[in-house]
Amino acid sequence: MRSKLAILVVAVLAVAVLIGFYIGFLTGGPTPYRPVPASSGRSVDLTLQTVAAVGSKLSPNEDWVSYLVREQGVWRRSTVWTLPANTLVHVTVYNFDGKSGLRNPFLAQARGVVGGTFAIDGKSTSAIDPDDASHTFAIPSMGVIVPIEGVADDAPQQCDDAPCPMATAHETITFTFRTGKKGHYRWQCFVPCAAGFVYGFGGPMQTVGYMDGYVNVV
Amino acid sequence: MKLRRLIGFNLLTAVVLGIVGFYLGWWLGHLVKAPSLDYFDDTGQNDIALFVAYLTGVVGFLVGLGFANYPVQRMLGKPPSLREKETAGIGRYFGLCTDHKVVGLQYLIGIGAFIFIGGLNAMLIRFELLRPTHLAWNGNNYLTLVGLHGTMMMGMMTSGILGPFANYFVPLMIGARRMAFPRIEALTFWLLMAAGTILMTTLAFGGFPTGWTGYAPLSEQSNMGMDAYIAFFALVGLSMTLLGLNMLVTVITMRAPGLSWSRLPIFVWGTVTTSVLMVLAAPVLISTLFMLALDRTAQTSFFNVQAGGSPYLYENLFWIFGHPEVYVLALPGMGIVLEILPVFARKPLWGYRLAVTGMVGIMLLSFLVWQHHLFVSGINGDLRPFYMLSTELISLPTGFIFVCALGTLWAGRIRLTVPMLFALAWIFNFLIGGLSGVFLSDVPSDVTTHGSFFSMAHFHYTIMGGLLFAFFGAVYFWVPKMTGFELSERLGKIHFWVMFIAFNSTFGPLLVIGFLGMPRRVVTYAGYLQGANEWVSISAFVLGASMLVFLVNLVWTQVFVRTPAAANPWGSKSIEFQLPSPVPVHDFDRIPTFGPDPYPYGVIEGTRPVAVPARPTA
Amino acid sequence: MWSSRSHGQRIAALTVIGTAIVLPLVVFVLGPNMPPGKGTPVASSQVTDNTVLLVVMTPFTVFILAYLAYALVVFRAPKGEGLVDGAPVRGHFKAQVAWLATTTAAVLFLAIFGTTELLADNGAGGGGGPNPVAKPSGAVFPVQVIAQQWEFTYRYPTYGGVETATLVLPAGREIAFHVTSLDAIHSFWAYQLGVKADANPGVDNVAYVRTKSPSTFQIRCAELCGLWHGYMSDTGRVVSSSDFATWIAARRRQFAPVMNYLPKYAPSYAPDPTFRAG
Repeated sequence: MRSKLAILVVAVLAVAVLIGFYIGFLTGGPTPYRPVPASSGRSVDLTLQTVAAVGSKLSPNEDWVSYLVREQGVWRRSTVWTLPANTLVHVTVYNFDGKSGLRNPFLAQARGVVGGTFAIDGKSTSAIDPDDASHTFAIPSMGVIVPIEGVADDAPQQCDDAPCPMATAHETITFTFRTGKKGHYRWQCFVPCAAGFVYGFGGPMQTVGYMDGYVNVV
Repeated sequence: MKLRRLIGFNLLTAVVLGIVGFYLGWWLGHLVKAPSLDYFDDTGQNDIALFVAYLTGVVGFLVGLGFANYPVQRMLGKPPSLREKETAGIGRYFGLCTDHKVVGLQYLIGIGAFIFIGGLNAMLIRFELLRPTHLAWNGNNYLTLVGLHGTMMMGMMTSGILGPFANYFVPLMIGARRMAFPRIEALTFWLLMAAGTILMTTLAFGGFPTGWTGYAPLSEQSNMGMDAYIAFFALVGLSMTLLGLNMLVTVITMRAPGLSWSRLPIFVWGTVTTSVLMVLAAPVLISTLFMLALDRTAQTSFFNVQAGGSPYLYENLFWIFGHPEVYVLALPGMGIVLEILPVFARKPLWGYRLAVTGMVGIMLLSFLVWQHHLFVSGINGDLRPFYMLSTELISLPTGFIFVCALGTLWAGRIRLTVPMLFALAWIFNFLIGGLSGVFLSDVPSDVTTHGSFFSMAHFHYTIMGGLLFAFFGAVYFWVPKMTGFELSERLGKIHFWVMFIAFNSTFGPLLVIGFLGMPRRVVTYAGYLQGANEWVSISAFVLGASMLVFLVNLVWTQVFVRTPAAANPWGSKSIEFQLPSPVPVHDFDRIPTFGPDPYPYGVIEGTRPVAVPARPTA
Repeated sequence: MWSSRSHGQRIAALTVIGTAIVLPLVVFVLGPNMPPGKGTPVASSQVTDNTVLLVVMTPFTVFILAYLAYALVVFRAPKGEGLVDGAPVRGHFKAQVAWLATTTAAVLFLAIFGTTELLADNGAGGGGGPNPVAKPSGAVFPVQVIAQQWEFTYRYPTYGGVETATLVLPAGREIAFHVTSLDAIHSFWAYQLGVKADANPGVDNVAYVRTKSPSTFQIRCAELCGLWHGYMSDTGRVVSSSDFATWIAARRRQFAPVMNYLPKYAPSYAPDPTFRAG
C-alpha cells in the first residue's frame, strides 16, 4: 500500500512538472522592447534592422530572415514593441536584405504615415517598384504600411549574419506614424521573403520573433 | 522485478530501438541530395530527413516490441510462437500480447493518457480566450495548441470505443476466444501509441498552424512541425484500417454456432458498421497525406495552384475521409447507448431491426455528404442542393436510433446507475448536436455559421457530448468486468453531474457565440463577446475538473481500494456478465450457444419459454 | 398501473402543450432576432430560414424532451425493488411508421425549402464559384475581394481597377463579390451583410448581396490561414451613392502612384514569387 502511494505521489509530481515545463515553453517569446522617448519628449524613436540571415548567435534558425531592434546601441532580436499612445513614432529601418518582390503590388505604396511619404536614403517618395521590395513594415489594423526597398543584387559588401554593421550594403528607410488609442496590435511583413518555403510565407514569416510581432500601445 | 526480465522484446527495448531508429533515419535522410532540394539549406529544415526518421523510428519501435519475430521465425523455418505473453503477469501490458483482453485494457490506458494531454490543451486554449486580446500564448503557440488539441482528440477517439471495448467484448459477445488476427490487433494499439508520441514531437519542431484539417496550401508553407501531424495521421489511418479489418473478419467468420446476424447484440452491429467506414475511409486519408508529404519534400504540385494543382483537391479528399470519420466517432457511441439502455430499463431493445437499419443507413449515407463542409468554398452551385438533401437525409437513420432508445425506456423499470446516467445524457446531448447539424446542413443558414463557433459547438456536442459520454458510460459499465475491481458509484455520480452541467454550460453558449459572428480558431475576438467567452472558459475549467474526479475514482478504486467486483452487478442478461470478473484468460471453458434473443428481458419465468444465453459451465 | 394508452395520451398532451408554449416564442420572439440580422435581403432570408428550421425542429425536440422527462419520472423502478423486468415490448409497428413518416416529411420539407431559399436569393450570400447557378437579373456592382496573408484588399474593376484597403459599398445596389486569394485558403465573411465566400488561390468565387441603407458591417476571415488568422478583420461601410462617388475618386487620386504597378484586373491572379530561392 505504502509503495503504491509513493509511486502515485511521484507520478503526480512528475506530471505536474511536465505540465509546468509545457506551459513555460508555450509562454516563451520575444521580450518586449520599449523605446526611450526622443529628446523632444513628444515622440519616440524606433530603430530597426532587417537582415537576410539572422545567424546562430541570435537564433537556432540561423538562415531565417529577421527584424532586429536597437536598444541603447545594442541590436536585439525582439519583435514585441511597447509604444505610448497618441504619440509620433519616428521609425528608421536599416535594410541589409536583397530584393524579393511583393506578391500584391498595392502594398508598395505607403499608407498611414505622416505626409503619406517615406524616405529612402533621404529621398522622399510615396511608393516604390513592387519588385524592389525586400520587406514591409505594416500594422494593418492601424492602417500603417511602408514598403522597405531591398539592396541591389550587385551591391558590394553584402552582410552575412546579423547584427549587420553599417559598413555593409544597406538602404535606410525613415518615416513617421502616429499611434492612436491604447490597444494591442500585430505587425507583419507582407513580402514573401522566407527563402525556400513554398509561397515564401513559411518559417520566419509565420513565426513571432522574426518577421511578425506585436505592438502594444499603452 | 529482476533485471533479466527487462531484457527481451518489451516496451523498454522498443523505446530504445525507436530512438536509435529515429537518429538512423535522420542521418539517412540527410544523405539525400538533389539540386531541386537546395532549398533545404535556405530554410534550415529537412523534411525528408524528418519523415525518414519518423518511419525508421516507428519500425525500430515495433521491432523492439517483437512484431518482427513471427515473420522472421517463419522465414527462418523455425516453429513460430502463436501466443505472445498470454499468461504472464503485469508485464503483459507493457509489450506485445495477443490476448484481446490485454489489448483492450492497454487501449483504455493508452488512449486515456493521450486524451488527458488533448484535454489539457483545451484548457490552455480556453485560458487564452478569457480575454479578447493577447493574454498568454503568442500567435504561433496558440495555433499549435488548437491543432494539437483537435488532432490528438480526433486521432485517439476514432479508436476510443472500438479499441478498448470492442477488442475486449466483441469476441465474448460472439462466443469466440480471440480476434481473427490477434497480432494485428496488438499492432493497431502500438501504432497508435507511436503516433501519439510522434505528434507531441511537433513542439520540438515549431508546431503546426493548420488545425486538425491540415488544409493545403497552408500546410505546404509550414515549418517542420507539420511533418509530425502528417506522420501521426498516416499512422492513425493505418491503425484504423487494420482495426476495422480485424473486427470485420472476426465478426463475419468467428461467430459461435447458432449466432446469426439477427441475434447479435447491437454493440456488435455498431462495431461492424464502424469498421466498414474505417476500412474504406482511412486509406483515403493516408493517400492524401502522402500527397501532402510529397508536395512538401519532392516539390510535386498536387495542391499548389501556380504549378497546376488545386487546393480543392485537398479539401475534397480530406473530407471524403473526414465525413465517414465523424460517423466512425458517432456509431460506436450509439452502439454503447443502445446496449446500456436495455440493461437498466430491464426491457428488450425496442425496434432491434430498426436500430440496425439506422446504423447501416448512417454507414451508407455517410459517404454521400462530404461536400457540406465546402458549401461556401466555391464548388459548383448545382451540387449544393444535392448535398443539402443528402445531409438532411442522414438525420433519418439517426432518428431511428433515437426512437429505439426512447422506445426501450417505455414501460421500463429504470434504474439510474452511473452508466445509465451517461447513456441518458447521450440522448440529450446528441439531440442538440444533431439539431445544430440540421442548421449547418441548410445552405442559407450555413452561410453564416460555416467556420464559426457554431460549427465547433455542433461537433463538440456530437463528439464530446455523444461519444465521450458514451465512452464514460462504457467505462463505468464494463471496467469492473475488465479489471475485477469496482468503481465508486458515488464519485461516478459526482463526475457525471459536474461533467454534464459543465459540458452544456460550455458548449451551449458557444452555439450562440458562433451565430453572433466569432470565427473558429481565432486568438482574438470582438470586445462585446468577452463576457460570454469568460463564462465559457470558466465552465470549461469546471469540465476539466470533472475529469480529475474521474481520474481520482479510477486510481483510488483500481489501485488502492480494490473491492472485488461481482460477476454481474447490473443484472445484465448479456453473455459477458455471465462470466467472472475479471474475465479469465481463456474466456470460456466451452464455446457457448446463443438463444434467439439478445435481449431476453421482460420474459417472466414459468409463464413462457425462456430464451437466455447458455451459462458456460465453469 | 397506468395503461399504455394513457401513458401515450399523457406524453402526447405534454408534447402538444409544450409545443404550444414554445412555438409562439420561437416565431415571435426568437425568430425575428436571429442572427445575422436584417441588414440586407440575403441576411433577412437567412433569418427566415433559421426561423423555419427552428419551427420544424420544435415539435420533435419538445416531444423527445417531454418523453424523456415523463419516462424518467413514471417508468422509474421504485427504490429498493430487486431486479424486476419491465414489459417485453420489442417494437410497435405503427409507432415506427409514424416516426419515419413525420421525420421524412420534415426533412424533405426542409431540404426543398432550403433549396428554394438558396435559388431565390442568388445563392443566399454564399460563394457559388466562378459560374453561380443563381444570378441576379439586371446590373450588378462588381467588387473584387483579394485575400492574402493576412489582410483583405479590395479592387473595383468598374473604377479603373483601383485597389483599396477598406471596403466601401454604395447603398441600394446589387453587389457581386469576386473573392479570390493570393496564397492560402481564406474566407471573406461580411457578417451583417450575410455573405461568406471562401477565397481560394486561382479561383474566382462569386457571392451576391443587395445593399440597403448606409451602415457598417464586420468583416472577418473565416478559414484558418496561418499565424494572424484571428487578426484578419476589417470594418466595411455601406454609404450613399454620392458619398461613394466622392470616396472612390479620392482613393483613385491617393493610389495613383501605385496604379501603374498593379496587374490588370483579372478574376484571379497567379502572383510571383511562389518560391523564393535563397
